Amino acid sequence: MPARPFSKVVTANALIDGDVVYLDAAGAWVGTLNAAQVFTDKDSANEALTRAQARSHEVVGCYLADVDVTEAGLAPTHFREEFRRRGPSNYAHGKQATAKGSPHVSL
Amino acid sequence: MYRYDDFDHAFLAERNRQFRAQVERRLDGSLTEDEFRPLRLMNGLYLQLHAYMLRVAIPYGSLNPGQMRVLADIADRWDKGYGHFTTRQNIQYNWPRLTDVPDMLDALAKVGLHAIQTSGNTIRNVTSDHFAGAAADEIADPRPYAELIRQWSTDHPEFQFLPRKFKVAVTGSEIDRAVTRAHDIGLRMVRKHGAVGFEVIVGGGLGRTPMIGKVLRDFLPVPDLLPYLEAVVSTYNLLGRRDNKYKARIKITVHENGIERIRELVDARFAELRPNFDAAETVLHLARISAMFKGPDLQQADDGAYHAARQADPVFRAWADTNLHAHRDASHAIVTVSLKAHGATPGDATSDQMRALADLAEAYGYGEIRISHEQNVILPHVHRADLPALHAVLRAHGLATANAGLLSDIIACPGMDYCALATARSIPVAQEIATHFEALKLEHEIGPLKIKISGCINACGHHHVGHIGILGLDRAGVENYQITLGGDGSEDAALGDRTGPGFAYDQIVPAIERILRAYLDLRNDPAETFLQTYKRVGLAPFKTALYTQEQADAA
Repeated sequence: MPARPFSKVVTANALIDGDVVYLDAAGAWVGTLNAAQVFTDKDSANEALTRAQARSHEVVGCYLADVDVTEAGLAPTHFREEFRRRGPSNYAHGKQATAKGSPHVSL
Repeated sequence: MYRYDDFDHAFLAERNRQFRAQVERRLDGSLTEDEFRPLRLMNGLYLQLHAYMLRVAIPYGSLNPGQMRVLADIADRWDKGYGHFTTRQNIQYNWPRLTDVPDMLDALAKVGLHAIQTSGNTIRNVTSDHFAGAAADEIADPRPYAELIRQWSTDHPEFQFLPRKFKVAVTGSEIDRAVTRAHDIGLRMVRKHGAVGFEVIVGGGLGRTPMIGKVLRDFLPVPDLLPYLEAVVSTYNLLGRRDNKYKARIKITVHENGIERIRELVDARFAELRPNFDAAETVLHLARISAMFKGPDLQQADDGAYHAARQADPVFRAWADTNLHAHRDASHAIVTVSLKAHGATPGDATSDQMRALADLAEAYGYGEIRISHEQNVILPHVHRADLPALHAVLRAHGLATANAGLLSDIIACPGMDYCALATARSIPVAQEIATHFEALKLEHEIGPLKIKISGCINACGHHHVGHIGILGLDRAGVENYQITLGGDGSEDAALGDRTGPGFAYDQIVPAIERILRAYLDLRNDPAETFLQTYKRVGLAPFKTALYTQEQADAA
C-alpha cells in the first residue's frame, strides 16, 4: 500500500466550552472540519502547530490530525477523529445538535 | 446520612473559592494549562473528547432526596438535562463549560456534595455496598467507616501526590457487593470474639495489569483503622514506582515486593504512627457519625397490596422477581431501580427521572437513595405494601425495567463516545446487546449474568470481573473487542479468561449470542447459572462455539 500523502489539520479543544475546534486558513478556530486548513507539508504543519500552541488562552491540547481530502470534503482517517468531528453516538449532542441539516453519519 | 457541620461547610466553601480563583487565573493567563490541569483534576474536572466533564462524588453511594434534586437542577441548568452514574459511585456531567464549573460546585456544596479527589493521584471517593444499612446479610452498616475514611483522606496533606490514584472500598457483609478485591484497599467487615473489625485486602485492581487483592491483615480492630490505613498509604507513597505510570499502582508495589515485605513495612510504619492517633477519640467520632446513619423507624403495615399485585399483574411480578432484594426487615424490600432500559445508555438518568426518584424516596423510601457501582439507583427501604404504587410511578418514568442482575443490566464505561482515553466505543455495544436479546426474548431464560464492557484497557467498566467481559481496543485503526469469560466481582473474585482473538464492532453481538446459546446447550438445568456452567465446563466449549461457528459463517 502506498504511503498516504501528508495532509493534516491543526485541532484542539476550546478553552471555555471544550468543543472540538480546527484551525482555518485565516487563523481562526472553527467548529467544522471541512472549514479547516489542510497542511500538505511537514514543516508548515509543525510551524502552524507551534503557533497554535501559543494560543493557550483560546484552546487546550493542540495537535495535528490526519485527514483525507475527498470529493465530499475532509474526512478523518481514524475513527477517534470521526467521533470528535461528529459527537457521541448515543445522543444527538455536541456538533450533531448544532450542525443543522447535516446528515447523521452512521458508522 | 452524614450531616455536614460548620467545619465541613466552611472547608467546602473555601475550597470552592480557591477553585473559582484558579479558573479566573487560567482565563486571564496567570496560570498555564500545565499548571491548571492538576488543580482542575483535584476538583474532578476533566477535558474529554467533546467537552469538559465534571465528576461529582457520591460518597459511599448515599444520597438524600434534596441532593438528588440538586443533581437534577445542575443537569438542567449547566448540562444537557441528564447525568451519568459511574462504576465508582460518582455522577458525571458530560457537557459543562469551564466558566460554569465554579457555580456548579457552589450549588453542590449547598447540599453537602463535592468533586474533590474524584481524579488525580489521590485517595478517591470511598465506595461501599449499595445495600448498606438494609441488607439482611449485613454485619453492620459500612458507611460510618467509609465516612470516617472520607474525612481522613480529604485534603490529607501527605497523600495529595501519590504515585498513582488510590481507591478504597468498604463492605459490611460477607456478600461482597463492593468489589473489595479489585481495590487498592478493600475493607471487609468481619467479627472476631464478638468484636467488629476489618479484613484488610490490598493490591487489587483491574486496568492494564489486573490483580485480585491479597489479605494484608486478617483482623484490624476498629480503633486502629485510621493509623493502619495511613501506614499502608504511607508505605506505598514511599515505595510505589513513580518512574513508570503503568507500574505505579499499589498492586504492582505488592506484586514486586511481595505481600510479606509489604506487611513488614506497614507494621513498622503502623507502630510509628499509632501513638499519633487518639484511638478513643476515633471511637467517639465514629459513634457520632454512626448515629447519623441510624436506619429509619420501619413502619409495619399489611402487605396485602403487594401479594394482590403479584397475582394480578405479570409485569409487576416480573419486576418484583428481578429487582427486589431481601431486606433485614421481612416486611420491607430493597429496590433496584434499573438505569438500563433496553437500548438506553447504562447509568444515565434524566433530570426528570432524578426528580421522580427523589419524590419516590420521600413518598415510599424513608428519604434514602443509593447509587450502585453497577450503575443503578437503589431505594434501600421500601415497605412491600408500597411496591405496587412505586412500580407504577417508575413505569411512568421509564425506570421499571425488570432486568436487575440479568443480561441487559450491563456495566459500560462511557468509552469513545466521551472519554479521551478510550480506544473504542462501549455504550453502543451495550445498547445493541440489550436490544438484540430483548428481541430474542432470551434474557429471562438465560438468567443471572453480568456483562461488563470497557472501552480501553483502564477497565472502568470492570470487564475483567464480568461473567462476560468485553474490552474495546483500537487494532490498526479499527475498533476490536476482546472477550473474557468467567470473571467474578463477588466475594469469590476471579479474573476472566480471554477467549482468543477479538471481534470487529459489527461481530461482537453475534459473538455474545454464540456464547450464550452454547451456555443454554451446556447447562445441566435452568437453575445452573452461566458462571456455574463456566466453572464446571471451562473455556474450551465456549471457545469452540465462539470460533468454530465464526469460521463456518465466514466460509
